[in-house]
Amino acid sequence: MENFGYHAPTKIADAAQLAEANEDAKLMAGGMTLLPTLKQRLAAPSDLIDLAGIADLRGVCRDGDEIVIGAMTTHAEVHESAVLREAIAGLASLAGQIGDPAVRHRGTIGGSIANADPAADYPAGVLGHGATIVTNKRKIAADDFFLGLFETALEPGEIITGVRFPIPVWSTYQKLRHPASGYAVVGVCIVQTKTGVRVAVTGAGPSAFRMAAMEEALTKDFSVKSIEGIAVAADDLNNDIHASAAYRAHVVSVLAKRAVASR
Amino acid sequence: MLIEVNMTVNGRAVSGKVEARALLVDFIRDHLRLTGTHVGCDTTQCGCCTVHVDGKAVKSCTMLAVQAKGKNVVTIEGLASADGTLHPVQEAFREHHGLQCGFCTPGMVMMGVDICRRHPNADEKTVRHELEGNICRCTGYQGIVEAIMDASAKMAGGRA
Amino acid sequence: MGQFGIGQPVRRKEDVRLLTGKGLYTDDVHFDGQTWGVFVRSPQAHAKILSIDTSATKAAEGVVAVYLGQDLKADGVGTLITDVEFKDLSGKDMFRPKRDFLAIGRVRFVGEPVAIVIAETQAQAKAAAELVVVDYETLPAVGSTAFAASSDSPVIWEEHGSNVGIHWENRAEAEIDAHMAKAKYRASVDLVNNRVVPNPMEPRCAVAKWDADAGELTMYAPTQGGRRIQQGIAKIVLNIAADKVRILSPDVGGGFGIRGKIYPELGVVAWAARKTGRPVKWRGDRSETFVSDYHGRDQINHAELGLDENGKIVALKVWTIVNCGAYFAENGPRLPINGGGRIIPGVYDIENFYFSVRPVLSNTVPTDTYRGAGRPEANFLMERLMDAAAHATGLSRDEIRRRNVIKQEQMPYRTQMGMVIDSGDFVGNMDMAMKAADWAGFEKRRAESAKHGKLRGIGLSNFVEPSGGRPTEEMRIALTPDGKATVYAGTHSHGQGHETVWAQLLESFLGIPFEDVSLVQGDTKTAPKGSAGTFGSRSSWMGGVGLQRSAKRIVEKGTKIAANLMQTEPSAVTFDAGVFRAGTTSVTIKEVAKAAHDPKALPEGVEAGLDESYFLERDPEEFNYPNGTHVCEVEVDADLGKIEIVNYIAVDDCGFVLNPFIVHGQVYGGVAQGVGQAMTEQTVYDEDGQLVTGSFMDYGMPRAHHMAMIDALFNEVRCKTNDLGVKGAGEAGACGAPGAFVSAVCDALKEFGIRNIDMPLTPDRVWQTIQNAKAAKAA
Repeated sequence: MENFGYHAPTKIADAAQLAEANEDAKLMAGGMTLLPTLKQRLAAPSDLIDLAGIADLRGVCRDGDEIVIGAMTTHAEVHESAVLREAIAGLASLAGQIGDPAVRHRGTIGGSIANADPAADYPAGVLGHGATIVTNKRKIAADDFFLGLFETALEPGEIITGVRFPIPVWSTYQKLRHPASGYAVVGVCIVQTKTGVRVAVTGAGPSAFRMAAMEEALTKDFSVKSIEGIAVAADDLNNDIHASAAYRAHVVSVLAKRAVASR
Repeated sequence: MLIEVNMTVNGRAVSGKVEARALLVDFIRDHLRLTGTHVGCDTTQCGCCTVHVDGKAVKSCTMLAVQAKGKNVVTIEGLASADGTLHPVQEAFREHHGLQCGFCTPGMVMMGVDICRRHPNADEKTVRHELEGNICRCTGYQGIVEAIMDASAKMAGGRA
Repeated sequence: MGQFGIGQPVRRKEDVRLLTGKGLYTDDVHFDGQTWGVFVRSPQAHAKILSIDTSATKAAEGVVAVYLGQDLKADGVGTLITDVEFKDLSGKDMFRPKRDFLAIGRVRFVGEPVAIVIAETQAQAKAAAELVVVDYETLPAVGSTAFAASSDSPVIWEEHGSNVGIHWENRAEAEIDAHMAKAKYRASVDLVNNRVVPNPMEPRCAVAKWDADAGELTMYAPTQGGRRIQQGIAKIVLNIAADKVRILSPDVGGGFGIRGKIYPELGVVAWAARKTGRPVKWRGDRSETFVSDYHGRDQINHAELGLDENGKIVALKVWTIVNCGAYFAENGPRLPINGGGRIIPGVYDIENFYFSVRPVLSNTVPTDTYRGAGRPEANFLMERLMDAAAHATGLSRDEIRRRNVIKQEQMPYRTQMGMVIDSGDFVGNMDMAMKAADWAGFEKRRAESAKHGKLRGIGLSNFVEPSGGRPTEEMRIALTPDGKATVYAGTHSHGQGHETVWAQLLESFLGIPFEDVSLVQGDTKTAPKGSAGTFGSRSSWMGGVGLQRSAKRIVEKGTKIAANLMQTEPSAVTFDAGVFRAGTTSVTIKEVAKAAHDPKALPEGVEAGLDESYFLERDPEEFNYPNGTHVCEVEVDADLGKIEIVNYIAVDDCGFVLNPFIVHGQVYGGVAQGVGQAMTEQTVYDEDGQLVTGSFMDYGMPRAHHMAMIDALFNEVRCKTNDLGVKGAGEAGACGAPGAFVSAVCDALKEFGIRNIDMPLTPDRVWQTIQNAKAAKAA
């Protein structure tokens, strides 16, 4: 790995200033993807801005009908949060399915969604719950956030400060683990809200996406039967040595049904 | 440019000057010459480098040394008592043949301690799931899983 | 036998050291003034090297030297060893491709080293290595085994004119056809024995220093015994006497067969240390493991079985294509021929056996010995064939096996390939395993699983695997004046627990307390001259018997000294449990050891010291035959294609078990490697010869949650061809597991008419196979 300048700001404003001043700088959250990338010499930023020292970015709390998770809250903290377990158990469960315990002790929600790995778990959770991504500049609806493969609505230097999850009636996340990496071959998040059902899928496409047909059917009738006939098109899905597009399409359907059945 | 870092490692205050890119495992192995912590991969998968930072198991190959500034680090060398008495997890690994070549062992033990802390009386399924991030090529995991279950029960009993 | 003697489940001596971080692995070794080497590896599967420009590299910060293949060649460095010789039926020699330590003129696989960059730090060497500019002219590449053997394939060795190194047959096919023609039933299989990356957890590493005054090289590297590497480095690389090269391997993070070789990197690091006059260290990344450690397996097989009306086998024919990679490695074609091919009939009584092997060359990492080295492939093939035979004859899977296994009264049994199986209870193995697995009660469990939507299956696999490896080994025992013993071993433990087992043996043979025995291994300077190392499940036999005979020599000499102490004749002295006795007087071995070092206490003509070695040599064609039956039970989630192992029984006959605690560990580990091959480990090269599964992110290593608790049992039948009665144990698990696992999954999926699935049985492959079967049924 190439050397870099290291910065550990303690305030969001300072981090933003550093990021804006240097376009070759990289923001680092938990570093679970960034550091291996640097180690393999696949990237060589001039500077790293480590967000770990910013206390304001950490923590899980309830704010009215929403749960607010600070961007630098680790997967383990999210998974173990009593507040979250009480309010959105499905999301706490999702966090516990990411990576492995050591990764969960370092990896963060902000880092995960900013990276927008097509096989990461959080994007399905964020999209499924209709969360709002809060940055140092604005609020972005989850539906507008994930734009494509490793591509988000974030502007250069923009820092995610937290994610606001509306508390749903019920939610769950079901995942088929990749046998080697532990990422999602397919992950399906189903969320029941007072106004309807949201279904978000990760792992299957270039980025997380929603399944409109399933949402509609489940909103009308929340039952396995209602989505049994819904075919998932394999056309645009990922196809690799671990899982064909046809298999992924099938797994989306199987996991969705199991998710519904688990209610 | 070198950066001064201070931290506590195995109960001892240590300091050193490192490059920003130095990983925590580099600092532990090369600077402190604590070579019990191993490096088995470059993709944060194998867990051979697992240490505790502020009481939590982390992969020291995926953390910068500067990020450990001011933190409390425990490596495999710091687990047994000063008089040489093995930690219950170490003892259980010995009793259950939880190691063969010994290379993944320090990471396995450090993760094992973390599992025992979080899961008193851990059952087999829990232990297997929690070992997701630690690879062993020798043991088929049998002795490792048995050891962690045993230690978890003993440690829970000790606390009660 | 005492608490720490032979046969006891003694806890390991090495554990406290390894559990407290006090192991000493190669990367833990630093030499003063050490430099770092980084290899520049080919990104191309097949290409001509038009030019290599190292000017920017040489000018980079911290660079000490850059070397290319030509530099080594100009200095007299030879080519790597292929230590096998085969002729085809017509008498023609096999093709022997030459491999330089650093590629010259041509690269033939992704990862092949073309240069080494040496710098003051590893970071500098890595940065400078990126500045080496190699101009490649890409050539068509051969990535797959089947393609390599086909006539459409590009030929990667023009001078040979074919990718097939040799077409080897054990006999003329027509001789067997006559028997096959008489068969009432026929069964056949087409199999893929998937390529695996061995992946010991310690990546390869080497650190070498040259002592110019003494003209000696010292190199630390993880090996399975350094003797052959010492000899090779001395002869091929440095052109000096072997005793001027010292190879040390203190603690080694797993071997599995791949560590006993002279890899290019070892030779280059050794040579560079002499050339630069500075110590050189190289530490491979895991990504380098994937593209440079020899791979394992990689066969495709077609096999046919003929059976008579009673289900008795009348003829067996096997055709194997084995992918040896870009070059024949040290063992290359040995594995599918002598390693595994000739034992394909396995535990079965088969008189008429034909097999054909075509080792092919391709643009992939060379394959060599990996846990079992040809035998897991052979056993898997035969067991899949027996399942097919069960289907063809309508007999159950265990009945078809029972009708064909070699019975105990047939032993010693001479196979058609001339191997002599001395002992084994193959029927008993099956009985024991099926009973432990409650085979009889399986259908009830199948029905239970069906109730919660899972398909349950059970499978079994027999195996036998000739063990012993190289036919020579030397062990030495030296007693100190205070009666403690040191074993100087030629064998090498890298997980097998020799520190413990050799101490158990000495406690039993010499009555020296377990805690007073220490082991010195992994150093060519202290290893006995005739040492070989640990591979091929050989240490209990070659090392154990070697120690037993060394101990006998200690007793013989001790008897003379004891007689002198007791003022009697040696013939009046007996020895038992550490005590020499003559009538009512006695002296302990401790007292004798003390006397042995005291010239005044020695009888006339007896040299001082109590230090004996034994060079054990056996007939190279004599092996021992570990065998067993494994039963695997699975549940398949057919909707996802996901398999869970719910029960696993391993019945092993490892002969006399020196330490059941440790042998169980060998079984568990071997089973996990077998299950890994069958379930998760997928090595994929694309059409251009790029390795797609080059990290733990893509290559599915078996994890704790893939495994279940294994119930390991022994059906001990002592080996008749060695004094200890031991048989190998290291490779058995890997031989038994793939067959039992695949058999179980196919049993679970039998309602779809599925009779085979190629390994690894990943969820999408299982699911796809079910879909195909459903579609075929519907059509």
